[in-house]
Order: sequence, then structure tokens, then C-alpha cells
Amino acid sequence: MDFLNAIVALLNFVIIPASAYGAQLALGALGVTLIYGILRFSNFAHGDTMAFGTAITILVTWGLQALGVSISPLPTALLALPFGILATAALVLGTDRAVYRFYRKKKSDPIILVMASVGVMFMMNGITRFVIGVRDIQFDDGVRFVINAREFRAATGLAEGLALRSTQVITLVTAVLVVWALFWFLGRTRTGKSMRAFSDNEDLALLSGINPERVVAVTWIIAAALATIAGTLFGLDKSFKAFNYFQLLLPIFAAAIVGGLGNPLGAIAGGFVIAFSEVAVTFDFRKVVAYLVPGDWTPDGPIQLLSTEYKFAVSFTILIIVLLFRPTGIFRGKST
Amino acid sequence: MSFLEAHNMTGGYGAADILHGCSLSVEKGQIAVIVGPNGAGKSTAMKAVFGMLKLRGGHVMLEGEDITQLSPQARVAKGMAFVPQTSNVFPSMTVEENLEMGAFLRRDNVAATMEQVYALFPILRDKRRQAAGELSGGQRQQVAVGRALMTVPKLLMLDEPTAGVSPIVMDELFDRIIEVARTGISILMVEQNARQALNIADMGYVLVQGSNRYTDTGEALLADPDVRRTFLGG
Amino acid sequence: MTLNYRNIALFAGMALLLVLEGASAKNAIFSGSWDTSLGILNVGLISAVLALGVNIQWGYAGLFNAGVVGFVAIGGLAPVLVAMPANPGAFSAGGIGLAAAFAAAVATVWLAILVNRRASLQVRLIAVPLILIGGFLLYRALFGPATTAIEAVNTAAAGNLGGLGLPVVLAWPVGAVFAAGAAWVVGKTALGLRSDYLAIATLGIGEIIVSVLRNEEWLARGVLNVNGIPRPWPVPREIDLQSSADFVARAASLGLDPVSASTLTVKLLYSALFLIVLLVLIWLTQKALSSPWGRMMRAIRDNETAAAAMGKNITRRHLQVFILGSAVCGLAGAMMITLDGQMTPGSYNPLRYTFLIWVMVIVGGSGNNFGSVLGAMLIWYLYTKAESWGPQLMAFVTSGMADGSAIKAHLLASAEQMRLLTMGLILLLVLRFSPRGLIPEK
Repeated sequence: MDFLNAIVALLNFVIIPASAYGAQLALGALGVTLIYGILRFSNFAHGDTMAFGTAITILVTWGLQALGVSISPLPTALLALPFGILATAALVLGTDRAVYRFYRKKKSDPIILVMASVGVMFMMNGITRFVIGVRDIQFDDGVRFVINAREFRAATGLAEGLALRSTQVITLVTAVLVVWALFWFLGRTRTGKSMRAFSDNEDLALLSGINPERVVAVTWIIAAALATIAGTLFGLDKSFKAFNYFQLLLPIFAAAIVGGLGNPLGAIAGGFVIAFSEVAVTFDFRKVVAYLVPGDWTPDGPIQLLSTEYKFAVSFTILIIVLLFRPTGIFRGKST
Repeated sequence: MSFLEAHNMTGGYGAADILHGCSLSVEKGQIAVIVGPNGAGKSTAMKAVFGMLKLRGGHVMLEGEDITQLSPQARVAKGMAFVPQTSNVFPSMTVEENLEMGAFLRRDNVAATMEQVYALFPILRDKRRQAAGELSGGQRQQVAVGRALMTVPKLLMLDEPTAGVSPIVMDELFDRIIEVARTGISILMVEQNARQALNIADMGYVLVQGSNRYTDTGEALLADPDVRRTFLGG
Repeated sequence: MTLNYRNIALFAGMALLLVLEGASAKNAIFSGSWDTSLGILNVGLISAVLALGVNIQWGYAGLFNAGVVGFVAIGGLAPVLVAMPANPGAFSAGGIGLAAAFAAAVATVWLAILVNRRASLQVRLIAVPLILIGGFLLYRALFGPATTAIEAVNTAAAGNLGGLGLPVVLAWPVGAVFAAGAAWVVGKTALGLRSDYLAIATLGIGEIIVSVLRNEEWLARGVLNVNGIPRPWPVPREIDLQSSADFVARAASLGLDPVSASTLTVKLLYSALFLIVLLVLIWLTQKALSSPWGRMMRAIRDNETAAAAMGKNITRRHLQVFILGSAVCGLAGAMMITLDGQMTPGSYNPLRYTFLIWVMVIVGGSGNNFGSVLGAMLIWYLYTKAESWGPQLMAFVTSGMADGSAIKAHLLASAEQMRLLTMGLILLLVLRFSPRGLIPEK
């Protein structure tokens, strides 16, 4: 029985939250890695693109709520998501036209594009704050739990409760659908294949008659969709605050690099590696250990490698280890 | 009038010209080979014909039409195909996807063309689900040529197709190129292995410092004692 | 920089802005307060030092440091550790434990490296993780009680190790050394790879340094802040000046009341101190730039392949320049904390301390030290003033709207956010239309 309790505690505090967080990071990292593969620079504005997409989604959610539209038990935000995606796609396409295209035509050094993305980051950050403010916003109006800790205890008779929030389930289901759709698109459609070809060998893609501007535009639209979905899922699961999205940039970059920049499969793996490490390293395992060892063996202090304040240090450490030993990432992305 | 005629091409990348009045022509269904010492401007001449280099003088005619001002992409649409010397495949994509990308501009059914490519290079059929980057050098060249053939070009341009492959694979590739030419496709190619290349060439151009030094049939060039001594090592 | 009338005019224009800020009557643009003007000047001078540091990295070598905030923060730790009085009893409570913990950490890393170099692959794969995990647990076991003990000493007022009680100016070079140490760790791992990897790694180290300062109360009290950091010689405290009859008399003779006279005196002395540091740094950086070393750095920046072919070890040079630039950022961080007189880790915002500095360097002219200084002064001036200009502008824009309308209220409340937007816009515009900045590098 204690063994089962330990498993339940582990599920409840590590595996479920880390899976949801991993899915959110994976979607974010997919956007970064696609932009990198096609446009060949690390987009520092991606965190703020996520924030912008989420902000628009929240505004539309409020509008729908005011109109009395609801898809209960699911959160209204899911219904608002397409509007958020459309607005974000329009924004990034406009940004590409106004900012990035110039440097692309000039064949500027990638670092200049990174610098430009910092300017874009500032502007998007300003726009997002302008649109929705700097407050912490809760916008999940769906049913809170799929499995409730109290009911779980009553049903199973275990001492340990298991809570499965609906936002976690929604996150995972959405992520699976999105990833499936993305890989279908990249692997099966003409446009998707032309994107991969462009990422593989730009000159040869041009010789084959692939239109670079079209590839770039499609990439931005997909990145905007991924960013908005990732941001909305993150906001539903936790809450929305513009600055938190800026801070997500580090784990997202870490996930993309760990998986191999430019490699979509790697980005997903990287997202889960980062998320599980972050949650496991900052989790206090005392509760789990207490179930597994005799009562008086349980240590008094927390069994925790790092306090939660240092969760960013985890992604950073993994990033450094990967840079030291395998700079192209686990899945061999682009090295140059 | 020849199928392709590049007349008096002059130009380069920066201020200094690399090509100085270079002229090339290819007849329908024939193989033309450009040979010459290192730095003679062979690859540059190739790029000029394909529009990857802005010409200061001269013009390029395809089937009697002046295409000097067209972009490389537009020349693809006109029936030209180019196989670069290096990075000539999409390494992370499968062989079949590489071929599909070759036919990107075509809206009709490409299955028949793909069958022809597989018939020409049977090994590619076996490897069609494998990533092109994982293939051997010779197989990769076959993918590269196959990709170019997918546009059903009238003129196929090859930049040193046998660079870095073994002599056996080289002979094999030359055989395939002759087969391609027999189907009526004109071929313009740059080669380091001058003797072998001139052997299969209908027409040969020896380029030195960006201009034509000798122009004759492959056979005649191989027989010319001057050419033999200076460029073919005796 | 040769004596160039255009550049002199630019600096004169900047000076004029500051003079107008102080001397003009209060109006929509200028505050008419010398106090504000000198306040902008002081932070502007520190920003100029920071911009010089970033310019050494970006302008000389093309390295993108996205974690400037971290190097500023770690430099800011120095005044706390050097100039604050010791917390009596704290060191005896936890000092030994802390030292033992750090010794354990160093020993662990050393042992792991040793095993990794010497042992066979099979041994390595098992031993190295075991050593690292074991060492980490040992470190935690030593570290936890030690910090708890330190934090228990005089918790309300200190609860940290305290400092050495030395003059605060000594902390400035120490801050530079701290930042250089952090830069060495990052540079060692991320240099020599793709250029954006350094940007991402520095982004990480920046966040980590700031979160260490926020959370480690034994070190610098975390978010509890450290107040009352001593002033550097010769800057007096305002209260002492006001109680000096001599000073009050002199202030009166100039027609000033003692309170504003004392704040102005203090600010002016700070300005003088910072100006000296800035001038020395400019002299040094200019010298370095025109030396063979500077020429080599620029050669590497402009063509890495050619420089490598000439036998230059690029990664090593990059590491050198990265450490130097970060050290200057650390120096600026220490100066900033000295000016503030307090350590508030909550204020280390990457937008303010990393990306705004970038705007300064780009606008001023990357690669040109004078450009960075001008850019820093100008952007800091605009950034500060935007705080009052924004709401005024919004009030003007919304003046036609009905009072109490939701849109008007929202627009008025959002004026503050326009600042970021404007900074981003300036960066993008300069990058695109004048990529060489106000004072180009030759």
C-alpha cells in the first residue's frame, strides 16, 4: 500500500505537472526551432510572441464570456484560440515585412537578425502590456478537475490524493494534436516538404523553384500558431503575466538547443527533458521517501536538490552540459 | 543555331572579371564538356550560363531565345536544370522526397518521371526511403542528377559530377550520363577528369583564364598533341 | 577619434539638454530641476561605463551578451561584501560551515574532472555522475545548516554575513573581478560555438545570478535588501552638510536653501567621481583599440576565417574580450549600488539592464567608445524623461475623448508601457536606417 502511495505522490507532484509543462515547452521550442531552421536565427521575441497571442486570446475570451458563449466544461479560451492565432500571425507577418525581410535580402549576419529580434521583443512586450496590462490574469473558466484529490482518496482508500487538473489534460491532448498536425504537414504536404527542403539546403531549394518568401511566410504563420497555443496552454495551466513569458525564453531555448536547433523532433524531446529535470530537481522527495522507508528513517529536512527559485538554473545547467559535450544537440540539429 | 549558345560571356563576382569572352554551345541531345586547369573559370562559366552570375558582356540563347536577363528560377522553368558540385541534395530528406522537390514546379503527375529516374539509377529505388545525407558519395551524386532530371529538362548542366567518387563509380556515372543524352537531353558539364570526360563528349571546350583556348569535338581534342601535352598529361 | 566638429556638436547638444533640464522653467518638456538633471547625469555616466563594457564585447568582437543584467548584479554584490560592516557573530555561526561547503563543491568538481580524464570509459560513465551527485548532497548538507545559522544572527537588521567594512571605492574593482569570474565560466563553455549560443548562455547566467541575489539571504539579504551602504570618499551625507553651519552659510550666500544645496553637492561629487572613472576607462579603451591588440580584435571580428588562417586563436581572444567587457559591466554594477546606497535585487530587470544598454550601444555607434558614451547619456535621458512625457502625450491624445470613458482611462494607464515600445522602435529604426549609429566607427 505504501508503495502505491509513493507512486501516486510521484505522479501527482512530478509526472503529471512535468508532462503538462513539458508539452508547453515543447510547443514553444518547436516555434523557435522552425524559425531557426528556415530563417537561421534565434528569435528572442518568441516569448513575447507567446505573450501577445495569449493576451489576444484572453481578450476574445472575455468578449465571448460577455456574449454568454461557453463551451463548458471546456475553458472558453479554447474557442478564442483561433482568433488569437490569427491576430498573432498577422502581427508576425507584419513584423517580418517591416523588419526581418530587409536583413534577409541583404544576407546579414545572423546575429544582426538576433539583434533585430530584441528590438521586436521590446515592441511586442510594450504592445502586450498596452493591450492587457501587467496584472496577473486567471482566465480558466472550465471545470477545474478531472480527478479531484479528495474523491481519489475516497475511491481508492489511499492516503495520498491524486489531482488531475483539466488544464493539464487539455494541454497534453492539444499538444499531441498539434504535434501530429505539424508533422503531418511537414512530412506529407508539398508546402511542408518545401519548408524542410529550404531548411536543409537553401540554394538547392531555390534551384528547384521553391519560393523563399512563401516558405518564410508559412513558417511565421506556423510559429505564430505554435506560440499562441503554447502561451494559452501555459496561461490556462498557471496564469497569465507578461513578464513570465519573457522568462520562459530560457527554458524554451534550452529545449530547442538540447534537442538540436532546427530539428522539430528534437525540440519536443528537449521540452520534456527540460521540464522533467526542472520539476524533479526542485521537488521535495521527502513525502515519497517517507512511504518507502521505515518511519524513523525518514530524514527531517527536505530531500530536494534545489529550491524552486532556482528552476531556471536547471535549464541553464542542462544547456551548458549539452553545449560542452554535444553542441549540435541530442538529435543533431544544425551546428552552423 | 545550336540548342544552347553562350556567346562572348564576360563577367565575374567582384570588380575583376573571371570570364573574358567565353563562348560555349551545345547541340540537341549532345554532350558538351568544359575542361581546363584549376582557376580557369570552368564553374564560373557554368554559373554564368545558368544566370547565377551577372554578365557584363555577351549573351546566352536557349533555343534561339535570349535568356541573358532571366533569373535561375526562370531558367528552370525554361527547361534548364543545374546540379551543383557540392551540397546538391537535401540531406535530411529521403531520396524520394529529394526527387519530389526536384519536380516542385511541376503540377502534373510526376510518377512517370520518377519511374524513369529509378530505371536510370536502380539503386535509388532501393534506397528511396533513406535520408539522402546517409548515402555514399556516388549514390548522392545519383540523387543529385535524379533531382535535376525531375523537372524534365531539355538541358542538364553538371558541375564536376564525379568529384570525390571512385573510378568505378565515375565510369558508371558517365555511362548514365550518356544514357540521359540518348533520351534527347542536351548536357553541359564541367569535369576534372578531362581524358575520361572528353571520351564521352561530342564537343569539348578547353578553358584557360576565362576564355576558350581550344574548341573541337571530344575526339579531336584527345588527338591534338598540344592539348594532350598541356592538359591531359601526355 | 579625431577632433570632429560633428561629434563635438553631438556631445554639446547632449550637455545642452541636461543644462536645459536643470535651468529652464518647468514646462512640458523640461522639469526645470537641477536635482533631476544631475540625477539623470549620474545614472547616465554609469550607463556610459556599462555601454563601454558592452561595446568592448559587441563593437570590438561581435559578441552578443544577453545577460548584462547578471554581470551588473554580481558587480553590485561587491559593495555589500566589501563596504558593509560585518554582522557580528555571523561568521562564527556559519562561516566555517560555508567554507567547508564551498570546499566540498570545488573538491567535487575537481575530482570529477580528474576521474573523467584518467579513468576508462566504463568507470567514467558510472563514477562521474556518482561523484557529482554525492558531492552535491555533501555540499547541501554542509551549506543548509550554515546558511540557516547565519540567517539567524541578528535577523531583523542583517541576517547575512555582512561585509569587510572597507572603503566602498575598493568594491568597484572587486565588482569587476566578480563579473570577470562569472564571464570566464560562461565564456569557457559557450564561446567557439555558434554566435547565438553565447547570447542564450548569457541570457541564462544573467537570470541565475539575479535569482541567487534574490534568494540567498545569508549573502546579501535577498529581497530584504541591504540599506545604508557607506558613501565613497569624498561624498558626504546630506544630513551632515545640513548640520554644518559653514555649509549652510555658503549655501545661503549662493541663494540656496540648505536642503537642496546639500543634495546638489552630493550629486555633483558623485558626478565628478563617476566622470573620473569614465574618462580613465575611455582613455584605456581608446588606447586598447588603437593598439596591435585592438587591430587584431577588429580583424577577427571582420573576418574570422582569415584571422584564423593567420594563426590567431579566435576562441581565446573572444574569451579575453568577453571577460574584459563583463568586468567593466561589473564595475558599473558596483558603482550603481554605491550611488543608490542600497542593494535591491528586485530591481534587476533584464529589460532595463540588458536590452536598454544594447539600445544605447547601437544608437551611439557600435565599435566606437565615444558613440557608446553618447548613446548611453542620450538614451538614459530619453528613457527617464519618457516617464513624464508619456502620460502628458497620452493626456494630449485623449484630450478630445469624453472624461470617464473606458478607452481614455486605459490609454492613460498604459502610457508607461509606451516606453518599452519606443525603445524597441528606436533600436529597430537605428539598426535599419543608421546601423553605424550616431558616431560611427571611422
